[in-house]
Amino acid sequence: MLAIETKNLTKEFNGLIAVNNISFGVKEGEIFGLLGPNGAGKTTTIKMLATLLKPTKGEAKVCGFDILRERNEVRNSIGIVFQEPALDNRLTGYENLDFHARLYGLDSKTRKKRIQEVLTLVELEDKANVIVRNYSGGMQRRLEIARGLMHYPKVLFLDEPTLGLDPQTRHRIWDYILQLNQKEKITIILTTHYMEEADYLCQRVGIIDFGKIVALDTPQNLKNIFKKPTLEDVFLHLTGRKIRETEVNSSEKLRRLRPAHHPPIR
Amino acid sequence: MKSNNLQTIYVMWLREMKRFFRAKARVIGTLAMPFFFLISFGFGMRQGFSLPGMPQINYLDFLVPGIIGMTMLFNSIFAGISVLWDREFGFLKEILVAPVKRFAIVLGRIAGGITTALIQAILILILSLFLGFKILNPLGLILAILFMILIGIGFIGFGIAVASILENTESFSLIMQLFVFPTFLLSGAFFPVSNLPKWLKPVSLINPLTYGVDGLRASLIGFSQFSPFLDFSILLIFGSLMVALGSWLFNKTEI
Repeated sequence: MLAIETKNLTKEFNGLIAVNNISFGVKEGEIFGLLGPNGAGKTTTIKMLATLLKPTKGEAKVCGFDILRERNEVRNSIGIVFQEPALDNRLTGYENLDFHARLYGLDSKTRKKRIQEVLTLVELEDKANVIVRNYSGGMQRRLEIARGLMHYPKVLFLDEPTLGLDPQTRHRIWDYILQLNQKEKITIILTTHYMEEADYLCQRVGIIDFGKIVALDTPQNLKNIFKKPTLEDVFLHLTGRKIRETEVNSSEKLRRLRPAHHPPIR
Repeated sequence: MKSNNLQTIYVMWLREMKRFFRAKARVIGTLAMPFFFLISFGFGMRQGFSLPGMPQINYLDFLVPGIIGMTMLFNSIFAGISVLWDREFGFLKEILVAPVKRFAIVLGRIAGGITTALIQAILILILSLFLGFKILNPLGLILAILFMILIGIGFIGFGIAVASILENTESFSLIMQLFVFPTFLLSGAFFPVSNLPKWLKPVSLINPLTYGVDGLRASLIGFSQFSPFLDFSILLIFGSLMVALGSWLFNKTEI
């Protein structure tokens, strides 16, 4: 069974076609990268697969469940870490995880056990009772990864997982991703602008531009086919050098205003 | 792992409680306004106040139910609108992607909002006792709390409905000016509705808070301009409509 299957998936916003009839599949246990310039339709695609947005046309299945007709089953099978933080920063790390666990129906014993497990995985055990407002950006991202795993999802969506993070945290997160994929066989779909990250982590990548998939293959095959030394060269070859602007929404503005570095409580 | 509705409602309520008890500045801030209104108007308007054709009523006694209604209004709208803050700060995504019934989320938010609003309204009531306000009898207190809850449900539902349509928090202050202030100013909180000129009176009469304040007055001091049964029925209808509307709109929210 494919972990993800889309057929003619389309999303239109007021006449603007953000995702244009895309059909692709992600194999179970794969680490799949979705690459594309700003505004290409990556996040919109992920939101549709995560049942946050309804497609205008087309269909998709996640873990065999239809994204329109079996939404709660899809939601139970996936974890997602968004590009912008989605934590309650007036609660502690532990409380954020507990909130999530209860929302997903974990019983009391499983909750406590799982919270400890995920906190250990992302190395935040001793920061569990700190209010999230006092976490650094890297800690918040790690907590969100922990949270996405709480309910034992089969598929994990990571939207720009290492964006804006220091190199140490980035490498740690790459380690978590590989560990989750190899040890727990979780299918991982990630979007990223960092080509070397995609090259390093992903077994296959799909390059999306103007809402359409322009290439889909293993990084090595893409480099061979297009005769380019790096994935980034392939990408620029396929999507061109023109800068793409997307509309900045208010939460992106907020994120930029937040200071990049916090006191060193790593 | 099937999530159940009761857990969902509980966890939304729990989150509200934690956030409320941690934001001490906000609690003091939202108590300050009703408190100052009470002190200034309650004492300032003491002389020369009489209702047409009504027995002699102390203005403080007249005002306190109004201030409590106002407290419930402000806190309920704020609780409903908190959906907007969740959207702005990203937490709404976490809520929308969970395998739960959206209606349970709405109920949980209502439960949390009612509890925090009630706590604040009761604090104001206690404060007013120190200022000389006297409650009619214990049954009246229970009825008053019932009216407070009804007012809360209606306006939280309204807040959720509005927040589900709006996209950002800038519109929030617009809502406050355009809607909330006229609502409590024309609700009979500060002066009897009958004092209003003919062209303004209809606004008061379609204002749900008017009936809420009236019901509170009936319960707490035994005086009201409408029948308490009327007040209760109108609030019940308003509350049901708003919860239905809020749930329906929240259900359709995408992010």
